[in-house]
Amino acid sequence: MLVLFWVASLAVIASAILCITRRSPVASALWLVSVLFHLSVLYVLLDAQFIAAVQILVYAGAIMVLFLFVIMLLNLGRLGPPDMRGVRGKLITAAAGFILVGELVALRRVALTSGFVLEEGTIARLAEEQGVVQVIARPLFEQYLIPFEIASVMLLAAVVGAVVLAKRKL
Amino acid sequence: MLLGPALTVSAILFTLGVAGVMLRRNAIVIFMCIELMLNAVNLTFVALAQQLGLDGQVFVFFVMTVAAAEAAVGLAIIIALYRHRDTVNLENINLLRG
Repeated sequence: MLVLFWVASLAVIASAILCITRRSPVASALWLVSVLFHLSVLYVLLDAQFIAAVQILVYAGAIMVLFLFVIMLLNLGRLGPPDMRGVRGKLITAAAGFILVGELVALRRVALTSGFVLEEGTIARLAEEQGVVQVIARPLFEQYLIPFEIASVMLLAAVVGAVVLAKRKL
Repeated sequence: MLLGPALTVSAILFTLGVAGVMLRRNAIVIFMCIELMLNAVNLTFVALAQQLGLDGQVFVFFVMTVAAAEAAVGLAIIIALYRHRDTVNLENINLLRG
C-alpha cells in the first residue's frame, strides 16, 4: 500500500511539473488530467473512495472537458510563441517556490490537538459499517444542509454569470 | 499513518501550482495552475479527515463545487477577453499595470 502511495505521489508530482512546463495548452491540460487521476488514487488510499469517484467524474471529466473545449474554441491548440517568463522570472519563481515549500513542510511539525484525534482506522471502520457513500451523505445532508443549499444557489449564479460573460450580445 | 507523506505531497503540489502561476503568461495555463492549487488543498483535507473526522471529506465536496463554478465563470471571462484582445497572453493584457 505504501509502495502504491509513493508511486501515485511521484506520478502526481511529475505530471504537475510537466503540466506547468509544456508549451502547448493542450499538453498542459492533458497532464493536468493525469494529475487529477493519480490524485484520486491517493484519495482511495486515504479512505475517501467516494471523493475519489467524484474527483474523476467532476474534475477529470467535467472541468477538464470545459478547459479543452475553451482551448479548442479559441483555437489555441497550435504552438504559439513561448509564454514562459525570462531568466529573472524563473529565478524569482524558484526562490519563492523553495520558500513556500519550506514553510509548508515546516507547518507539518505543528502537532494536532490530541483531544480531537480519532484513533487509526476509524474512518475505514465507519465506511465498512455504514457504506462508503452514507458515511459522507449523513454529515452533508444533516450538519451541512444549509451550506449545501447555498452551494446550489452559487452554482446557479455561476451558470448565469458564465452565459452573461461569454455571450456576444444579450 | 499516511498523513505525513500526504501533507508533503500536497505541499509540493501547491508550490508547483504557485510556480506555474508565476512562470506562465498564458491565461488558460494559469487557470489550470489554480486548479492544481485547489487540488493540493483537497488532498490536505482528505489526509486530515482520516484523523479529524469526516468533515474534511464534506469540505472537499464544497471545494469541488466552488472549483466547478469558478472554472465556468473564469473560462467565460477568458473567452470575453479573447474577443476584445484576440489574445490570452497576459503580457498584452496590462490595462491595470502601473
